[in-house]
Amino acid sequence: MLRYAFWRLVQAAVAVFGVMTIVFVIMRLAGDPTLLLVPEGATREHIEALRHELGFDRPILVQYAAYLADVLRLDFGNSVVQRQPAMAILMSRLPYTLELALGALAFALLLGLPAGVAMAVWRGTAVERLLAAVVLTGQSMPTFLSGILLILVFGVILGWLPTSGSGTWSALILPAFALGALSMATFARMARIAVVDELSQDYVRAARARGLSQGAVVVRHVLRNAAVPVVTIAALEIGNLLAGAVIVETVFAWPGIGQLAIQSIQSRDFVVVQVVVLFVSAVYVGMSLLADVAYAWLDPRIRLTPA
Amino acid sequence: MQGRTGLWRRAPVTVIVVALILAAIAVVALLAPWISPADPARQTLIARLRPPGHTTSTMTYWLGTDELGRDLLSRIVWGARASLLVALLSVTVSLTVGTLLGMLAAWKRGWVEIAIMRFVDIMLSIPAILLAVLTVAVLGPGFGKLILVLGLTRWPRYTRVAYAQTLQVASLPYIKAAELGGAGTLRILFRHVLPNIAGPLTVVATAEFGLMILFEAGLSFLGLGIQPPQPSWGSIMSAGRQYVERAWWITLFPGACLFLLVLSVNVLGDWLRDRLDPRSRTR
Repeated sequence: MLRYAFWRLVQAAVAVFGVMTIVFVIMRLAGDPTLLLVPEGATREHIEALRHELGFDRPILVQYAAYLADVLRLDFGNSVVQRQPAMAILMSRLPYTLELALGALAFALLLGLPAGVAMAVWRGTAVERLLAAVVLTGQSMPTFLSGILLILVFGVILGWLPTSGSGTWSALILPAFALGALSMATFARMARIAVVDELSQDYVRAARARGLSQGAVVVRHVLRNAAVPVVTIAALEIGNLLAGAVIVETVFAWPGIGQLAIQSIQSRDFVVVQVVVLFVSAVYVGMSLLADVAYAWLDPRIRLTPA
Repeated sequence: MQGRTGLWRRAPVTVIVVALILAAIAVVALLAPWISPADPARQTLIARLRPPGHTTSTMTYWLGTDELGRDLLSRIVWGARASLLVALLSVTVSLTVGTLLGMLAAWKRGWVEIAIMRFVDIMLSIPAILLAVLTVAVLGPGFGKLILVLGLTRWPRYTRVAYAQTLQVASLPYIKAAELGGAGTLRILFRHVLPNIAGPLTVVATAEFGLMILFEAGLSFLGLGIQPPQPSWGSIMSAGRQYVERAWWITLFPGACLFLLVLSVNVLGDWLRDRLDPRSRTR
């Protein structure tokens, strides 16, 4: 188990290193990165001075090494617009996005899992078809459409919930629901597949033969075994939710890192954009590491199978 | 004609319905220059935010007008063209790049395999929407750049599938026979391997097609995709969002089209997967 966890950790480190490299390359795709970092309307002298200050006049490999060293020290430089460390700006916005992502995850789990289990247990009935339609809707609805619809119905027409801002529980409901819809569909599909797989196992037939009711078998045995793949998917979904926050936070004026990324692009503050991308990717890699290790720990077949 | 044959035989009614919806949207997109009732960029400022069915002496605005008095129906018709074209071209780019790399990794093995597949792992560990947002922000928006960015960020999914499938096919006797017969690498990959891995790749491409429609709309919604005044469903919705209380139609009509299009692609994709997935094949 330790061996497996160690190798998976090495893989994750390689992935983070790769992500850092890709971001470095992308920042240079348009040519001189200095032009991305100066405020609009800067003079030629100002640009020259900044190019030298940031070291963009050095050979590319030297720049790359310096960049890696900075990122590893979590030093991303200062925002050119707000004139404070980009990392500090990210940290000040992060709690909002975490609140939103956890709210969305809660919605997705509470609605998605029971729906998936119900679809498996009542396979081939009207219940499954109805729930499948709901899941498909969640999967096909862009978050900016569901967000605007929720605002229109619950905010404008019914006036039940606030349509923007943050800080109260009621303000969290609409954005969390909009963000969680896609994950809800994912959980429902995974839970359905997991439960269908378990229901076809011999132990289920044996338990039924011993006289246990279908409901008792599902609650006592099937759910516990089916939980393994579902738990690990939840870890992966957190990364997706952080990325999806870019659009939902824009629709609901939610002051998290997604809104920060878009505002920073509009004000051409690429130091901050870069931090957001690196941070979310690192969380993404970390979560998939966690998911794989948790999966191997819960299911010995994974770690005992040679890679 | 002998009715539905081959792949379409015994397709459920829902699949036929969504295929018809898709075909209808495709026809509208194709014929946009001829069937669009007005110039999608023509502004009539005295007719701003008019509700659906508003009629003037010159024309009827069936779906109303937007915040600059442009005909919403014309903008949606042209938006369909943008949406489908971006999705089609970006899927073509990523399918081509991804499949080539995947087949190459599985056929060459050794360091080529390690380099390509590690790169795939890394690409897949950056959330796709963020990668696209960052790249578009650096390169600047625009139709061509949008396709390039979407195409070149989404190829790893195809590489994984092409790689796994090629590995399976490569050990089959007929490939060995072709190799012994003196066929070159390219000939084997394109003549013998590709046709046998096309099914699973089609399934990925269909799912990606739906996703690319959503990505284009999402990026345009954020102001990073297709630029105004060129119409895109995402940018129409983004502009209409500020008027949603007074003029719901600007947001909801393109939104409904987008939903219908993605839903149709997803239903068709699910059905295709069930038909083409090698695991569900009973042979």
